[in-house]
This record gives sequence, structure tokens and C-alpha cells, in this order.
Amino acid sequence: MTGVGTNYFGKPMSRVDGRAKVTGAAKYAAEHNVAGLAYGYAVASAIARGRIRAIHTAEALAVPGVLDIFTHAHRPKLASSDEKYGDEVAPPGSPFRPLYDDQIRFSGQPVALVVAEDPETARFAASLIRIDYDQRTHITDLEGNRGRARAVSENGESHSHKRGNATRAFDHSPIRIEVEYRMPVEHHNPMEMFGATAIWEGDGRITIYDKTQGPLNCRNYVANVFGMSQDAVRVLSPYVGGGFGSGLRPQYELPLAVLAARALRRSVQVTLTRQQMFTIGYRAANIQSLVLAADADGRLTSFRHEWLGMTSRFENFQRSYVTWSSQLYKCDNVEFTQKLVKLDHNTPCDMRAPGGAEGLFAIECAMDELAYAANLDPLALRLLNYSDKDQIDDKPYSSKELRECYRQGAERFGWSKRSAKPRSMREGNELVGWGMATGIWEAMQMEASAKAVLTANGSFEIASATADIGPGTYTMMTQVAAEMLGVPIEHVTAKLGDSGLPHAPVEGGSFTTSSVGCAIQTACRAVQKELLWLAQKAPHSPFAGAKLEDVTFADD
Amino acid sequence: MNNFEFTRATDVADAVRQIAADPGATFVAGGTNLIDLIKEGVTKPSRLIDITRLQLNRVEETSDGGLRIGALVPNSDLAYHPQIDKRYPLLASAILAGASPQLRNMATTGGNLLQRTRCFYFYDTTTPCNKREPGSGCSAIDGLNRMHAILGASEHCIATHPSDMCVALAALEAHVLAAGHNGERSIAFADFHRLPGDTPHIDTNLNKDEIITAVELPPNGFAKNYSYLKIRDRLSYAFALVSVAAALEIENGVIRQARLALGGVAHKPWRDRRAEAQLSGAPATRESFMGAAQTLLSDARGFGHNDFKIELARRAIVRALSQAASATPQSQIDKRVR
Repeated sequence: MTGVGTNYFGKPMSRVDGRAKVTGAAKYAAEHNVAGLAYGYAVASAIARGRIRAIHTAEALAVPGVLDIFTHAHRPKLASSDEKYGDEVAPPGSPFRPLYDDQIRFSGQPVALVVAEDPETARFAASLIRIDYDQRTHITDLEGNRGRARAVSENGESHSHKRGNATRAFDHSPIRIEVEYRMPVEHHNPMEMFGATAIWEGDGRITIYDKTQGPLNCRNYVANVFGMSQDAVRVLSPYVGGGFGSGLRPQYELPLAVLAARALRRSVQVTLTRQQMFTIGYRAANIQSLVLAADADGRLTSFRHEWLGMTSRFENFQRSYVTWSSQLYKCDNVEFTQKLVKLDHNTPCDMRAPGGAEGLFAIECAMDELAYAANLDPLALRLLNYSDKDQIDDKPYSSKELRECYRQGAERFGWSKRSAKPRSMREGNELVGWGMATGIWEAMQMEASAKAVLTANGSFEIASATADIGPGTYTMMTQVAAEMLGVPIEHVTAKLGDSGLPHAPVEGGSFTTSSVGCAIQTACRAVQKELLWLAQKAPHSPFAGAKLEDVTFADD
Repeated sequence: MNNFEFTRATDVADAVRQIAADPGATFVAGGTNLIDLIKEGVTKPSRLIDITRLQLNRVEETSDGGLRIGALVPNSDLAYHPQIDKRYPLLASAILAGASPQLRNMATTGGNLLQRTRCFYFYDTTTPCNKREPGSGCSAIDGLNRMHAILGASEHCIATHPSDMCVALAALEAHVLAAGHNGERSIAFADFHRLPGDTPHIDTNLNKDEIITAVELPPNGFAKNYSYLKIRDRLSYAFALVSVAAALEIENGVIRQARLALGGVAHKPWRDRRAEAQLSGAPATRESFMGAAQTLLSDARGFGHNDFKIELARRAIVRALSQAASATPQSQIDKRVR
């Protein structure tokens, strides 16, 4: 898709939803208003571990405008099995259940929901709630609890890998480094806070505008947790103000809004505060140890990489962090291990290239250290150890342009002008350094479906239940459809962010264009066939006997 | 946020009358700090008295050749005021080192003096904090204290004063004018803010029923040899880990008079007369600056995470004094340390 010989692929264009976004016409989850909308405010736990002895709500309930205060002791019936609280991307374990019981599992956990006629009243009333806790000693620090680390393999996946004998190779190699890197917790904090507007339809159905990267994932979650049929629940997320992975799993604003709407039989909106955005998933803090060795020429002889990361006590969240070097660098002796420490935090979640971002950061820092120890240019070291196959699966790549990427990058940056000696480059009083690092990511594709409708007046609508968290999915869908049918781009309407549309996975993993885009192509191909068939049916049709691949679709 | 009354003061006398009448009342001007404090439940005023209509927004010459800055002059107007820019560039520089343009447009001169610490525990109402709730304890001493004080702290509080502007005002020996029932009084800047001691909940020596009407600058603005150097975790929109206001009068390479104030290191803008006296009469050299830094930091103490601030402060003092001596003040546009 280079843009050569195409009308829309690879050509710059304005975002089709750009105008709606910059003019404010695009409404986000908590910007929807309906008659009789009530507002919920979540009260956060002040402790990280223990149990609630009592929640004193009388004073808050007495505030005029307060409709009700839901707690574990005062709530409608909720599902009682882990399975019901699971979701498309849930890690193994027992998912957190908001307002389910008296147990406190992490600091900031929602323990009450105040619902009032307006958000100010709800928030003010929340400040009047007093909670008695039985506090237990919590552990929240990864470094201080390294001793608790355990390798966790679940669903047959261990994330560990061994090849050759890394220890022996290390002992016999002339160039060796041992390094350790730490990453703190990172929070996503997209511009839009998590919010849900649950609209009570009055006939047993509920429509929810939620900030999510997966409307279908949330639809199924709500149906399961509240024992509703999937047909009775519709989740919409037409616009998402940034996700970065935080919206892959349902967040607690969703069940809280639905819970209150069902109990009060009216529409309810719940929005997290910026502070509460720190109580949901996050990128896990981690400590990575790397032990590398090379021969006198700089060829890797041994590569050991250990991951020590945090998770919650109730779920084991981990991605593949330690295997990435086997996609980049040839090495016969490797040992990769992953260990988890269970802490009193909420469960981590995916964030921006989960696994790769963390693992490659450490791998590439270690490779720089090795280059220094081997007295080699860091780029030369990478080229020397360049791998043409994925050594974990022992498979060649269908395509890998990294060598060319290195070449062009070095040329454009002026890499040859780099001075390798530490503290040798300055700008004014500031020491500067030139470094490099490699980033790779898998080209994934998931199952997805799409619908395409061409009407007699020439308007063309395509739809799929994906989301657009900012990468331009609306625009991509529009481009694919316009390209396929040869119609002007302004005649195409893309629909997404609606659980009522054809199935699509959560938007994440950089797989949306390859998955949803291909589904649209397939749907458009079906429209093409139909058009050709109709054209061939006409009397004396010039298309008689033409095959689909002989025909060009264009607008005149 | 709690419910509160909202009233407007018509003049200074009315403001004083209103604040005295309601012990739970507080003034609001720019609100850049106060509104956050109310939202988080740190402050629960029963009444906000809007003072933005008071005629306190002028910058005027005083009879002794100094300047009188009205309490409601916005930070941005002050920073770009021609007289400030020309005669008190240290003050202009310090203001521009702080906050963001939007906040400086809203924030006022008097409000800047009265802003509260940005200690995390002060804002987190689920944690003990002697400043927020006297007697409840200090969470920062054994907690996350990277931002906290290395000078003048007490066992009750190790919070820092967050202002940049006040650091310059301390170095320039400004005076704070306050009006109360008994008329107006002038408070030397060094006496305005307090050290925490065993009353960390009281930030200043301003009485409850007083209102700041103006800040007065003495004639000497040290416009030739000055620098405001702010070191922070990121180059913009962050509070100082350490900041230094340095002002010198130099004659033939010898320092005649020195002013040195630090921000981000104590419960108030930190001045040390011993260090200043040591510089006066000394050659304007790196050795003199290092000696002054040594003196100023001789009682400095870290609490763990902020131990690095002592060495950072030492280097920042030397660098700021060097910048001042060479008449190459720190730029607040290109914020890299030159």
C-alpha cells in the first residue's frame, strides 16, 4: 500500500471524524445526557488491605438530592462466580468485583457509590461517609518483596525458555556483563477519564455509553455480571479520548453505573476522577536482570534475561517480556525466566506494546553495555548478531526489514559522527550522548467481521464493532471501503463503537487495521460480486463473461 | 467539595469586615490553588469572599524610589511590567520560572504568597498530616519525601513552600503590606512566612482578619548581576527541587553586597545572612561561591529520598552565583542550564 496506483491507500487525508472532534460535536461517554439522569460518585478505600467493619452513610443519605448509597452491604444481586466477571482480555485469576464484599484488596478500591440528582451533591455527600476498617499489613513495594517472587505458568504458557547452556557459555566467554534495570509503575492517564452513562430504557433493556476499547467485551461483561440477556444490553463507545490499553478490560465505572441504574430504575452516569484513574490498571513495576556474554569479536555466546514483576494478589498478569532478544539476536545459549510478586495493588494491565516495551528497554540497554565492554559500536554489535529467524519458534521471518531500517536510520541521523567516549559530547553545560535502540512488534491479526451496505443513491456504509481510540480507525475503514468500490470518500460512512454491529475484537495490539480492515475488504468484495452480477444481468451487458478481477470499480 | 457561601467585597474595609465576621471564611482571588484545595476536601471554607473587584491591581512608584505592587496584580502582568523587567529582572525571571502561562494569568501577587505546600500527603486526606490536621502526624518524614525540605524542617512537618516568586521577593527584601482592623502594617518578607516548628498548620504571620494589599520593593533591584536558577524534574510546569535567587553588587571583581535565597528546600524561602555576609567583601570567584554554599548548607539534613537535594543545592548555588557574577542570568525560555 504505497499509494502508487491507488486512490486512497497510503495517501494523506484529513481524519473523517476530525471536524466532529475539534468542534466538540463528538460526544464522549460521560457527555451524554438524558431526561432524569442521576450521577454517581465512587468512594475510594483509604487502606490497601483489610476489611470494612462498617460504612456510616446516614449523614450522607440525609443530604437533599441524594438518591441512594450503594455498598457491599446494600446492593442489588450480582453474579457470584469468577467466570461471570471475566472478560476477553482478563488474566488468569479471580477478577475484582466492585461492591461485592467487605474485603479491601488495594488502595483506592471503590467501596461505595453515592448517587444523587447532580454530580456536586454526590461528591459532597461522599465526603460525609465514614468507614471503619480492620486494617491488615499491606505490601505494595516490589523491591522490598523480591523474596516472594514465583514463576507462574498458567494455561500451559510458562513464558520461560531455555536453549543450550547459558551458564557454561558465560563462564567460558571473554566479554561479560551483568546488569539490572528497574521500571516504576506507569499509569496510562488518557485525556478522557473513565466514564459510563447507563441509560435506563424502561423495558428491561439498558444502553450504555462507556469509555472502552471493546464495546462487545463490555456488553458481555454487563450481561454476565447482572444476569441479563445479551440482547438487553447495548454498549456504545463511538469516541474514545485515548486508551493506551487502559480501556481493554471493563473498568469499574461500568458495573457501578449499571448497578445503580438497575436498582433505581433510572439513567445513571459515573465518572472517575483524575485521582481515581490511578486506582485502575497500570504498567507493572519490574526489575529485569540481564547477564550477557560474547566472544572476542562480539558475537553473543550467552543471554540470560530474568523478569521480576508485580501483580495483584487476585490475578496473575504477565505478558511475554523476556523472549524478544531471540527475535533480534543470534545466540545459541539462552535462559529466559519470568517471576511474579503478588502485592496489595489492583491488577496491572496492558499498556502500549505490553511485554515488548518493557523487555526491549532492558535488552537494548544491556546490548549497549555489551557494546561498550566489547569496544564495539552499538550498531555494529547489533548487525554482527542480527538474526534472520525467530529462534523461539525456529522459524524464518516472512519479512524483516530491520537491517535496512538500521542503515537508513544511521545515515539520516549521521551516526558516523558519534563520539563513543562517555562524557565526550557537550551542548553548553549539558553533557549529551547519542544512543540507539531497536523496537519490534508482532504483526498480529484477529478474527473480525464487518458489514457493507451500498444503496441505490450511491451512499456506502461500512460497520464493525471495533473502537477508535485515536489511531484513526474511522478514517482507515473509510479509506478501505472507498478504495474497494471506487466511490468518492465523502460517500462512505464508517460506523464503529457499538456492540450491536458485527463482531470485532477489542482495539489493541496494533491488530485493528489488519483484522477489521481485512474484514471490510472481504465485505466490499461481496458487494463487488453483487454489483458485477447485477451489471451482467442487464440486456446486452458489456460485462457479460467478465471476471471480477477483470473489472475496475470507479465512480463517474 | 463542600457547600459554601459566596460573597463579594466592595473595598478593603469591607473585605476586612467580612473576613472578621466569619471564622470559616477565606478570600478568593485567582483561586489557582484554593479551588484545588476545596475540591480535594483539604480546605472546607464556610464562605468565599471574592476580592477580585478591589482596586489593588496597580504597580506604582513609592516615595523612596521603590515599587508598590498591588495584591491583585496578576503574575503574568507583573512579570512583563516594564518597570519590573527593567529594574527587577530577578523577580520577572522567578515568576516566569513558575507554573504555566494560563496559571500565571489567573494567579495574583497576594495569592502567590499564600499558596500552600504541594506535599502529596497534605493533599491526600486519607493520610495523616500535621499541616492539614494538627496532631495527626507527618506521613512524609518516613514516606515519599523526594520534594521535601532539607533546611528548617521540624519533627512535625518537612513540607516546602512551593513559590518561585517568593524566593525572588525574599532576596530583594520586599515588604508585605497587610490591612486589618487597626489599619495597614508592613511586614518584612523574611518575617512573613514561618518555619513549621510545632505549628505547621500556620504558614504565615498574617492574622486571620488581615488582607494583603500590596508588596513593596526597595529601590535596589540588583538588575545588573542576578540569576534565578530553578532545578526541577522536568523543564517546565514542575515545582522546584531546588531553586536559587542570586543577586550581587560587584565592584572591581569584589562583591560589595550579596543576596542569596533558596526555594524548594524549606517551609519558607530560605535566606542565610551568614552566607551573604561571607560573600560581602570577597572576590567574585567560584571559591567564594563554594564557601557560601558550604555555609548555607552546613545544617542541611535529608530524609532519605531527598538526600540528593543537599548536593544539588550546593551546585545550584555555585552555578546561580556564577551566572549572576558574569551577568549571564539563567534564561527562562531556553531552560537548559548554561
